[in-house]
Amino acid sequence: MSIPSSWYLILAALLFGIGALGVLIRRNVLIMFMCIELMLNAATLTFVTFSRTLNDIGGQADVFFILVVAAAEVVVGLGIVVAIFRRRSTADADEISSMEG
Amino acid sequence: MLLAATTSFSLPSIDYLAILPELVLLGGALIVLLATSMVRGGLKRNIATAITMLFSAAALVTALVQWGRISAQGAETTIAHAIVLDGFSTFIGVTVLCALILSVLVGHDYLKREGIESSEYHILAMIAASGAVMMGQANDLIVIFLALEILSIALYVLVAFNPLRGESGESALKYYILGGFSSAIFVYGIALVYGATGSTNLGQIANFFSENQLIHPGLFDAGLALVLVGFAFKIAAVPFHVWTPDVYQGAPSPITGFMASVAKVGGFAALIRVTIAAMNSQSASWKPILYALAIATLLLGAIVALVQRDVKRMLAYSSISHAGYILIGVEVGTLAGTSAALFYLFAYSVMTVGSFAIVTVLGGDGDSDHDLGRYRGLARRQPWLGGALAVLLLAQAGIPFTSGFFAKLGVVSAAINGGSWPLALVAMIAAAIGVAFYLRVVVLAYMGSDEADATDTPSSQVNPQTRHAQSTLLLEGQSVATIPAVSVPLLSGIAIVLSVATTIFFGVIPGPLLDFAHSAAQLFLA
Repeated sequence: MSIPSSWYLILAALLFGIGALGVLIRRNVLIMFMCIELMLNAATLTFVTFSRTLNDIGGQADVFFILVVAAAEVVVGLGIVVAIFRRRSTADADEISSMEG
Repeated sequence: MLLAATTSFSLPSIDYLAILPELVLLGGALIVLLATSMVRGGLKRNIATAITMLFSAAALVTALVQWGRISAQGAETTIAHAIVLDGFSTFIGVTVLCALILSVLVGHDYLKREGIESSEYHILAMIAASGAVMMGQANDLIVIFLALEILSIALYVLVAFNPLRGESGESALKYYILGGFSSAIFVYGIALVYGATGSTNLGQIANFFSENQLIHPGLFDAGLALVLVGFAFKIAAVPFHVWTPDVYQGAPSPITGFMASVAKVGGFAALIRVTIAAMNSQSASWKPILYALAIATLLLGAIVALVQRDVKRMLAYSSISHAGYILIGVEVGTLAGTSAALFYLFAYSVMTVGSFAIVTVLGGDGDSDHDLGRYRGLARRQPWLGGALAVLLLAQAGIPFTSGFFAKLGVVSAAINGGSWPLALVAMIAAAIGVAFYLRVVVLAYMGSDEADATDTPSSQVNPQTRHAQSTLLLEGQSVATIPAVSVPLLSGIAIVLSVATTIFFGVIPGPLLDFAHSAAQLFLA
């Protein structure tokens, strides 16, 4: 018995929604990073699911590109956080806001 | 199991001339990177700039060689149809490379003034530019995503690369989180479009639409909407613009100019390719979205720019407003619209990099003094610098005899001929508001004196906590003569002269650039 592909798509949509909400609601920068990762993983799962239903290997190849980009993004993001941490020792997005207007 | 079902994978043949500009830029970045790590005591700034200029100029030459090949043989796709070589991609390449060359000139003097003797700026600028050039050539949604990330990740680091600048880290973080958020939305949209059409390749998507009906139109529309949201973030269209003023203000000024031009050119290039080339048959799905984005962007950008006291924030809102005009050209979707958008992108890039070059020069040590008060009486102290500023700002306002005039005229007339006259009307209203805030700076530079006019004295609208406001209060108490004249460094001066000359040249004789944009749009592989 196989699980219908729509279940995977719904799971991916839920993951994407949770990730997007997390970025908008949570104020800790590291958790916001994780939520962005969650959104990327939702896209990955969607790609794999469609790749199966369409019987097209291209979608699975695309997953590798997304993985690489996600890794590169996190490296840069953590670098920026460390640079800010050295000055302020906070990871709260609301406290990192000296510019207004 | 799934692998067995597909045929064996064959490597596509690689047409190296097609991606030569990117390769040259990446090669230059690698050479500077290697030299920086291997030379004892680091690479000298002068040498890094020289190598960067050499490779940027070489990339520009290869882009022009490509143009020759396209003119002779016509547009084509290559490397498994993932890369396009057409007039459009060449035009984007030339625009990005011109912006890169001007930015490197300005950046060199900035690094010298701030005492930064390292080459991150050069390396990252070349990598970012290679991503932007690639965005003009990408013919596959995944390649667009990769190019977008090459561009964006390099820009996140560029914004934060000066460790002595406190605001930079903050604005880099804002840029990074919203950029990463928009990239995730973008790639999820790609996944949905892939599910609806069966391919990420733009050519195959276009074929799919010519031969099939969508089984799940909702799936495709959702995917397309998410892709457009991703683009709207990158080009800073309202309501996805919130990061722009903070990032433009916090980033080092030469980076702001570079980012404002290159990121917007790359984003629009891919947007035009996706909407007009691949999904022209589905224009009922994307036109209303771009229509709404264009109106909101035009009006909000122009109105909010009116009340800014920080020059970099004002230019940020002005660049948001410019995105609205270019969106009109995209929304119209005709040949005239596309070529007007291309012309606008080139004119905008040159004007923006030039304006931020002047902002950099006037910013002084630490690149911190960007209050409007700094520009009071500028033309009296420094007639040439004031004149250049006036030309570049009036060009952004769209005054005749500058390239900005033909840029705005192009999109507005394309909108009228394409039947989108309400858009043209909104554009003209926004242009009228725009004249007000550009002229405000010009008037201040030419007529500002001790008897400050009421509109420009710092009043309750200014948040007294900001450092900029405090510096204004200080300046307000001094006479004009005590605002020191700044010396314009040689390379920045060259960049400013080049951008002013280009702006005026294409404003008086727009023919060559109009022809280039027109034939670029004609040689558009749709």
